[in-house]
Amino acid sequence: MAEVLDLRGEVCPYTFIKTKLKLEEMESAEDLTVLLDDSAATANVSKSLHSDGYEILELRCISQGVWEIRVRKHESPT
Amino acid sequence: MSGSFTEEQIRRYSRQIILPEVGGKGQRRLLVSRVLVLGAGGLGSPAIAYLAAAGVGTLGIIDNDLVEVSNLQRQIIHGGNVGLSKAKSAESFVRNLNGDVDVITYEERFSAANAREIVKEYDFVVDGSDNFPTHYLINDTCVLEKKPCSHGSILRYEGYATTIKPGGPCYRCIFKKPPPPGLIPNCQEAGVFGVLPGIIGTIQASEALKCILGIGELLVGRLLCFNALDMTFYEAAAEKSEDCSVCGEQPKITKIDAENYLEMMAGAEECKI
Repeated sequence: MAEVLDLRGEVCPYTFIKTKLKLEEMESAEDLTVLLDDSAATANVSKSLHSDGYEILELRCISQGVWEIRVRKHESPT
Repeated sequence: MSGSFTEEQIRRYSRQIILPEVGGKGQRRLLVSRVLVLGAGGLGSPAIAYLAAAGVGTLGIIDNDLVEVSNLQRQIIHGGNVGLSKAKSAESFVRNLNGDVDVITYEERFSAANAREIVKEYDFVVDGSDNFPTHYLINDTCVLEKKPCSHGSILRYEGYATTIKPGGPCYRCIFKKPPPPGLIPNCQEAGVFGVLPGIIGTIQASEALKCILGIGELLVGRLLCFNALDMTFYEAAAEKSEDCSVCGEQPKITKIDAENYLEMMAGAEECKI
């Protein structure tokens, strides 16, 4: 089952840092769903995850002002 | 949330956790690491400040001097503490900067009698000492205890740093013997440009952090020299010496014996960095 990290209310760069810390704890090939309530933070987190070598599976607006990023942890992201 | 980090730690270390080479794993490694800084003077001041800021979990600080007003031109962590012990003054600086760091102070001289006992408790040693006998004593102790060490030296506008690690050249490989007493003027006679120890000591802190994190290239077998007047850095290669008296194939120094340093000590003039 995919883990969920609710980062609504959190600001940059902590949104990305908390996502990164959560992914570090997870097993490889596991998926993580991140919830965010800021469009700029959503764009930043997905961009940073991508540049760190994580695979963004999905990015969507799930309700008014709430975005969801689904990311997969690969074998050895940098 | 976020594993073993508190909210404050996530914010405090955010700019380095975000670095791909560090991450949460590297930060945890720093928080459980132990670094010994020998001398809380010109080199030790920036080293202590940056190591504490980065969240090195335990900092050992050795210094048996008192803070003097003439130190403050370059020993930037001792403000307001003239007359206090440098080790205690450094400890109070660290406590104000980062409560994650445990400080162990040694208000005593680093000597053949206590060297191994102290060094063996640490993962990395920063040599911020100010005289040749102590440089050799630190080197020999680190070689025997198999501890990595960053060495730094400064005078006037010039300084250098190199890192000693098992397998690479040690300080004795590079400098077989100390120069004859009196040849190298001390800092009281020759002076020192205040930012110089700031730069060299910061390079030493950087080496300690990289070594603990296991990232980048260390100054092993490399002497990084800096001239603040010309504003140039240049590098000299250093080779391991097969006949080195402490790390060579048939070492003469196999234990820390005060006699090996007393002779140098007799001729050594204090150079208060």
